[in-house]
Amino acid sequence: MKVGVVTFPGTLDDRDATRAVIAGGAQAVGLWHGDVDLKGVDAVILPGGFSYGDYLRCGAIARFAPVMEVIIQQGKRGLPVLGICNGFQVLCESHLLPGALTRNADLHFLCRDQKISIENIETSWTSSFTRGEEIVIPLKNGEGSFQCDDATLQALESEGRVIARYVGENPNGSRNLIAGITNTRGNIVGLMPHPEHAIDPLTGPSAQGLGFFTSILNALVK
Amino acid sequence: MAKIVVDVMLKSEILDPQGSAVAAALPRLGFSFAKSVRQGKRFEIEVEGEVTPAQLAEAEKAAELLLSNPVIENFVVRVEK
Repeated sequence: MKVGVVTFPGTLDDRDATRAVIAGGAQAVGLWHGDVDLKGVDAVILPGGFSYGDYLRCGAIARFAPVMEVIIQQGKRGLPVLGICNGFQVLCESHLLPGALTRNADLHFLCRDQKISIENIETSWTSSFTRGEEIVIPLKNGEGSFQCDDATLQALESEGRVIARYVGENPNGSRNLIAGITNTRGNIVGLMPHPEHAIDPLTGPSAQGLGFFTSILNALVK
Repeated sequence: MAKIVVDVMLKSEILDPQGSAVAAALPRLGFSFAKSVRQGKRFEIEVEGEVTPAQLAEAEKAAELLLSNPVIENFVVRVEK
């Protein structure tokens, strides 16, 4: 099973995402922003960072990279895609996921270990968890406040498409404490905190982020 | 050289923490006139010669596709003489 990890100019977390894919048991394949084919991968991760310097809006330029055209096309057909942090922003800018990520409510860049609860375990990326499971993984962003209109929020809630929620105080002003969402099909997931930094207690606050990377293996084997 | 100007603002229902921070800074500097502040972006796009209706239509498209995110922002396109 091959999982592609995309590198845009300004991507930071592609190395850790690659390491997490391997730890999860899949083969990691590097994808470049200029690639026009996906090298036969079975799933794609859009890692965190500051693609194109976050110019214009976070993820706004990356959305038009050649590799994204293919990912948007394949994602709509069911290719599993996980966008972490900046990757989540790219997915929203691509309209593969609803809403948008805006400046943290207190304007500060956050970098801390964050408790989240996993609320939907039916997606390609969350099946290794139990419903309501609480995990601690790093949260590091300046623009992580999930915003959308009331109708979208209601749809996300009623369709169970909020996959993860912040536990405790709202860290960034996200509506309904939303940390991650999925599309209607459950193949595309966006997550603001970073599971790829929490796959090994030696280097992360826990190894609880690994579940996202073992989940995709389960989804692909099925 | 004529100029097309695109103003992009967050929709009124979207929280604007930058605008709020500016609004909070004004009274600290002795300015008491401001009830609230919203912060946006302004794009100035130069074109050769006079602006044609076709160019203006293209600018509208570009504003919707790239310069703004219609999920959270509104935009206004105009010609500046």
